[in-house]
Amino acid sequence: MRTPLSKLQEANGARFIDFAGWELPVHYGSQVDEHHAVRNSVGCFDVSHMAVLDINEQYANELLSHLLTGDVANLQIGRGRYTLMLNEEAGIIDDLIVYRRTNQSFRLVVNAGTSKSDLDWIRECEQQWCKQTNIVHRDDLCIVAVQGPQALHTVAKAFDYEGLKDLSQFEFIELNHVFIACTGYTGDAGVEVICSIEEAQELWSNVIRLGAQPAGLGARDSLRLEAGLNLYGHDMTSDTHPLESRLSWTIDERNPDRVFVGKAKLAKIRESDVERKLTGLEMIDKGIPREGHIVATSAGEGVVTSGTFSPTLGRGIALVRVPKDAKGSCQVSIRNRSLAAKLVKPPFLK
Amino acid sequence: MNQYPTDRQYAKTHEWVKIENGVATVGISDFAQSELGDIVYVELPDIDAEFESEAEIAVVESVKAASDIYAPVAGKVIEINEELDDDPELVNQDAYDKGWFIKLEVDSNVSTEGLLTAEEYQKLCESDSD
Repeated sequence: MRTPLSKLQEANGARFIDFAGWELPVHYGSQVDEHHAVRNSVGCFDVSHMAVLDINEQYANELLSHLLTGDVANLQIGRGRYTLMLNEEAGIIDDLIVYRRTNQSFRLVVNAGTSKSDLDWIRECEQQWCKQTNIVHRDDLCIVAVQGPQALHTVAKAFDYEGLKDLSQFEFIELNHVFIACTGYTGDAGVEVICSIEEAQELWSNVIRLGAQPAGLGARDSLRLEAGLNLYGHDMTSDTHPLESRLSWTIDERNPDRVFVGKAKLAKIRESDVERKLTGLEMIDKGIPREGHIVATSAGEGVVTSGTFSPTLGRGIALVRVPKDAKGSCQVSIRNRSLAAKLVKPPFLK
Repeated sequence: MNQYPTDRQYAKTHEWVKIENGVATVGISDFAQSELGDIVYVELPDIDAEFESEAEIAVVESVKAASDIYAPVAGKVIEINEELDDDPELVNQDAYDKGWFIKLEVDSNVSTEGLLTAEEYQKLCESDSD
């Protein structure tokens, strides 16, 4: 499957690869150049493979209150929040952003690879708790992310709306059916725009004309890793819980009476002590740590959950799951050699 | 569009070799650098190290993965491209000239059996990328 922007991307020089059942641009010539363009100026990403789920029902607050680690009762209209859906074992089903559009209307943006299972799960919960299923997968919409220090300036020009420059993090507005959220997966400023196919095609061409560098999945991965952001399916899965995934902060327990899926198991895990943690690793020797590489630490063995080359730092970086007391220097086993590295708390760019 | 200069020979494993006056210069092809993506590290052998044809002689690490490079001909290392230490992207930018890897001292009757002409190598690459 290709997104509606693929023809434009072919003309931009995209090289396509397979990802979660989609054929998407991995780069447009050089993922390292695209990475630098985002860090120094502005880049644009087509993330239309992610799934937009809308729900507008009286029971929506209650439904999401049960489903998510974040508490939507504390989410104002016009704001979004990064949150998780857990299963009964407190394993992470997916990470997502939830936006509140009105008192009872929400938009969720979930990962491409898990979109079908997420939808099945939400519908099952809806049916069980609310006796109906009304959540809608908006596969008629595209998502374009514009990221970098010049991003807000660029989209303000593209939409001819100066107000966009003042958007604060996690805030969103809806301009004539175009949903513009001040969110992103790069650690830099920027927006994610959810809109119709025609609008997305126009926006794509416009931001590029205004100087945005089209950027693919390769740059997207090195940018998010530098920012210390997890990648679902690698840094966390349905077999890992938030406390060993650097995500305990997403759990909002300000209302002790709120019951959400996974809450009971989380309490048990906290009682019996968490044994592992997710943290960062920066190479000292020359080499790139990759998923599955074993890490020898002061407190025992761990594993790389995702890794790549950081163009900004000029060295390999990774997220690693290690014994909870591990710190300081360590070695990564790469291609039968033991290379020196050190554990660091993400993000890698301070 | 990838390039296939005719002034040299190619190995099926995507290295090129140019032999002049008992010295073989070795690098990787334009097709190879394009498939690898941005190259970030190049590990070259020590001076005086000797290699049989097809032996592992170097390692190239790109953002995608690490790949072994094989000696297209047998010889002894007499020079390595030190520029690649600071500027590995030279391999992506200029695979056939500034992106050279190694110079080997070779026998006058060195075997080039198994090596391909530019035309043969191009055919191989074009059938590979289906």
